[in-house]
Amino acid sequence: MIEFNPKNIKRWMMLGTRNAFGMFLTEVAADHPELFAMTADFTKSTGLAKFKELYSKQFLSAGIAEQNMIALASGLASEGHNVFACSFASFITTRCYEQVKVNLGYMQHNVKLVGIASGLGVSHQGNTHFGLDDVSLMRAIPNMTIVVPSDCTEVAKATIALADFEGPAYLRLVGEGFIPIVNDDDYEFEIGKGIKKRDGKDILLIANGTMVNQSLKVAKELSEQGIEVTVINMHTVKPLDTQIIDENIEGKKLVVTIEEGQLNGGLGSAVAEYLSAFDENPKVLRLGIKDIFPHAGSYQFLLEQCGLSVEQIKSEIIKNIK
Amino acid sequence: MMENNIQKCVGWAHDIRCEIIEASHDVGRQGVHIGSALSTADILAVLYAAVMKYDVNNPLSADRDYFILSKGHAYIAYYAALAKAGFFTNEDIKKQFMTDNGWLPVHPVKNLEKGIEFSGGSLGMGMPFAVGKAYALKLAGKPNKVYTLVGDGECDEGSIWEAFMSASNLKLDNLTVIIDKNGMQQDGPTDEVLSIDIEAMAKACKWNVIVVDGHSHAELIDAFGMSFDNGMPKCIIANTVKGKGVSFMENDNSWHHANMNEKQYNQAKEELA
Repeated sequence: MIEFNPKNIKRWMMLGTRNAFGMFLTEVAADHPELFAMTADFTKSTGLAKFKELYSKQFLSAGIAEQNMIALASGLASEGHNVFACSFASFITTRCYEQVKVNLGYMQHNVKLVGIASGLGVSHQGNTHFGLDDVSLMRAIPNMTIVVPSDCTEVAKATIALADFEGPAYLRLVGEGFIPIVNDDDYEFEIGKGIKKRDGKDILLIANGTMVNQSLKVAKELSEQGIEVTVINMHTVKPLDTQIIDENIEGKKLVVTIEEGQLNGGLGSAVAEYLSAFDENPKVLRLGIKDIFPHAGSYQFLLEQCGLSVEQIKSEIIKNIK
Repeated sequence: MMENNIQKCVGWAHDIRCEIIEASHDVGRQGVHIGSALSTADILAVLYAAVMKYDVNNPLSADRDYFILSKGHAYIAYYAALAKAGFFTNEDIKKQFMTDNGWLPVHPVKNLEKGIEFSGGSLGMGMPFAVGKAYALKLAGKPNKVYTLVGDGECDEGSIWEAFMSASNLKLDNLTVIIDKNGMQQDGPTDEVLSIDIEAMAKACKWNVIVVDGHSHAELIDAFGMSFDNGMPKCIIANTVKGKGVSFMENDNSWHHANMNEKQYNQAKEELA
């Protein structure tokens, strides 16, 4: 039983998104006998050691063979299992992209991809291990749902929701080590429904994953300078919650999107594509990785290299609001 | 009984080949993957006439056996076999195959009501899917069998060997893979494009391997019927001839994907009659 209270939320934060995910999936399995977990030789890394121990008949490692994992997962799904296939975001969305397209997108098998260590979180390990193009790639596949939780509390919410969700989806887990708390108590979470974290009249800021916390810091600092920011946690990139955009865009001078991922095809693209259909809209400033392979280094170094530190985001917004 | 079964398979294979020629003729210049359709015709005839359990009146029946076409480009033989089995009719093929919005496009689209279990076309995907299905059936303690047809050219794909490794590790004795070893792929003889010893590799993956003449119904029926007590999956390597049954197509790779002129169509019909 997963209980949402400040004490647990603090404890989950310390676990980090991947260990928290493994723990939540193990909890959820207690009343979901159809649930099945797979990894490609990353049982411990995906936090699933306990799951494997408790539910050995609902667990399989496919070996270091991601294409195999996706196809096997789909075979299992065709017999009624809800399969969570887990590996590094970088591998599970690229090495087996065609298997994902055909088995999950085209045939709509009930498989959830779980990508750990997405974004820049693995810092010094470099570009083979960063998860920067995963959202863009998954967005290009029809029928895929994409969820990017903003902290460990939301990893719990998303895991619970996906255990009852019929159809293919991608759960993108960002951050290495602990990531800051954005959701400090129980709250309503629904796949496909963005959440307003802060209300302000000047700017509409849409972010997800680690960048929700970053956005809230930026919003607070801008407020001190008299610029008021609405912050939306767009945890579901696809299907995009256009309703929350419609409800909050009026009177805004600027729309800003922030993501820890490539700008080509990510959250910012989704927002800009939606807004491009209307005659009059504010300018859209998209912040994220600008079509480069960032040099490996510490997480803070990487954020600064990509223009995603609080200071850089703030000054970029000020430059664009004039 | 065996004699009857063989007679039945001979009849089915004949009808499947005739329908391959008719359907290929019907779509005219667009062309069809006719060579490997003809090489698989006997394997499909034996599977649907004498081996697999299915009920065309209840295609989703829980105790059916599963067939996964991994070499998706054998579609026209597959459609002809499904029509012969009664999932639909040759008239349906005429109306639905390669027609706008038809439910029988070139590469099969999953359609359980019509007996199609998997959307094929991209090579190296059907067999690992069959492994996952066979594993799910094992876990559930169900007796259903899973069959999957793989091309020898398709064995170039690494994902086929990932699946070979998984299936023996999972001890899937409910799974049978048939390799349609016609010795040809689009670019030429498989031995020249990417030469591999499929038999040795399957054995190295600890599979039970049987090599048969893929046009001998008796040998195929025997191979499907063989059981082993080591718990390992079964690989039937069926030595076949690409274009089998039509003299001018046999072992001529220009018939990998082609269309017939009227003269060729009439000759093919005559030879199969």
